[in-house]
Amino acid sequence: MSVPLEEVKKIAGLARLSFNEDELKAYSGHLNQILDYVGKLNELNTDHVAPTSSVQDTDGPLREDMVHASLPTQEVMKDAPSHQDGFFRVPKVIQSDGGNP
Amino acid sequence: MGDSALEKARLVDKKIAGGKAGKLAGMIVAVKDILAIRDVRTTCGSKILETFHSPYSATVVERLEKEDALIVGKTNMDEFGMGSSNENSAFGPVKNPFDPERIPGGSSGGSAAAVASECAMTALGSDTGGSVRQPAAHCGVLGLRPTYGRVSRYGLIAFASSLDQVGIFSQNAEDCASVLEAISGFDERDSTSVNCEVPSFSSDLGMDVRGLRVGLPSEYFQSGLQADIQVKINELCEMLEQNGASIQKISLPLTDYGIAAYYLICTAEASSNLARFDGVRYGSRIDTKEDLKHMYCETRSRGFGEEVKRRIMLGTYVLSAGYYDAYYRKAQKVRTLIRKEYDEAFGRCDMILGPTTPTTAFRLGEKINDPMEMYLSDIYTVTAPLAGLPAISIPAGKDTNGMPIGIQLTAPAFQEGLLLKLTEYIQLHMESHDL
Repeated sequence: MSVPLEEVKKIAGLARLSFNEDELKAYSGHLNQILDYVGKLNELNTDHVAPTSSVQDTDGPLREDMVHASLPTQEVMKDAPSHQDGFFRVPKVIQSDGGNP
Repeated sequence: MGDSALEKARLVDKKIAGGKAGKLAGMIVAVKDILAIRDVRTTCGSKILETFHSPYSATVVERLEKEDALIVGKTNMDEFGMGSSNENSAFGPVKNPFDPERIPGGSSGGSAAAVASECAMTALGSDTGGSVRQPAAHCGVLGLRPTYGRVSRYGLIAFASSLDQVGIFSQNAEDCASVLEAISGFDERDSTSVNCEVPSFSSDLGMDVRGLRVGLPSEYFQSGLQADIQVKINELCEMLEQNGASIQKISLPLTDYGIAAYYLICTAEASSNLARFDGVRYGSRIDTKEDLKHMYCETRSRGFGEEVKRRIMLGTYVLSAGYYDAYYRKAQKVRTLIRKEYDEAFGRCDMILGPTTPTTAFRLGEKINDPMEMYLSDIYTVTAPLAGLPAISIPAGKDTNGMPIGIQLTAPAFQEGLLLKLTEYIQLHMESHDL
């Protein structure tokens, strides 16, 4: 089974990555090569086998829901690409003309 | 970090004089650049974090400092831990100290090279599918991957959370044991760290191999294994048998499926973990005049290297609607089978012995254009993480080109003590047998 180029483009969009046409072809080639290889897992019968998402059989430990000091806002903001008044700044999400009333 | 290390060294000197020094006083340690150190640049080998300074330190770093170890620097690595050759760093490759034309292994290649070249006595790395053991083998040093849950990952930048573990490089079992003792144990900031007592690994060293059952899986010794690695393993087995251990022939038929299961699971988890690098909270941002989504795409496409993008693409695909069951779920089920296979094997032996890598270090550039070929070099290291088991690579002489050979021991969960004891034994006896 081969993943069509359109599908690869869609996956890139989901992953928030953008590629030019040449890159898209290269990534598509590698993706198909790897998917061909991992197809060998189908040689194994896994009916009635439970999946492993963690090797730890216990549920995560619980702790008291107490308020603790966390990192100071200033420290955390220090390396942000853009911030203002203790908030991260991002490009405009809602357009001012039209859009929501 | 040099100045602060010198300052710390003077302080530790005073503590030693006053008889109040920590257990790792004077130990020179290098730290893989995937671990956060407060106010120190933490790049993870990536352009997207080129200017990032962590506002906090990883738990393992705090624990090393508490015992008066001297952290002298950060080491280069494959970007986000993704690679087997250290050629995937945004800051250039690491070269093998035994031959600069060859790779040091990856992804913790810088840490392995630092210990091999005696720039540091020990180093921390991280091992998701072999990223400590494989470079240790290629650089002729010890490389331990502890049991999943033994060591806190707080402050370790996440690649694949069900597999990632902090590991240790050293020249000998004693140093490795001391560092493991210092960094192990429960940490409330990592819910996967296990709340159990930490054995005194360093004082427990010393063993008699009489009665020890060492398992040798037939699947590890088929085509593709370099002849001089096979020879070293045979010599080692003979030595162990002569001294009273028994070599058990065992079978791990799922070995051949490990890479497929591993790459599906680790890329799926990576695609999710790396979603946080979006140019909003930390790292670099590519400012565009367009909308938020465009900023995300540009930041990520220019900030991540080729291998990272390849794995995000594969991971996003196998988690997407319509393919989840066929790929990701299937791999998780095979993971269950691999765990069962190890459980059964440990009914017949105390430890499993085999090669760490199919070949010694290959040349820079040799496999970089063929990702699949690169992945296949991880065949012996990916299954222990899938089962959450501890494993160690021990240096075992050189091949005909003078490149180091690594032998791997794998033990049941939380049996690092046994691994370190046998490692010490092998290192002592191989010297006297000139192996």
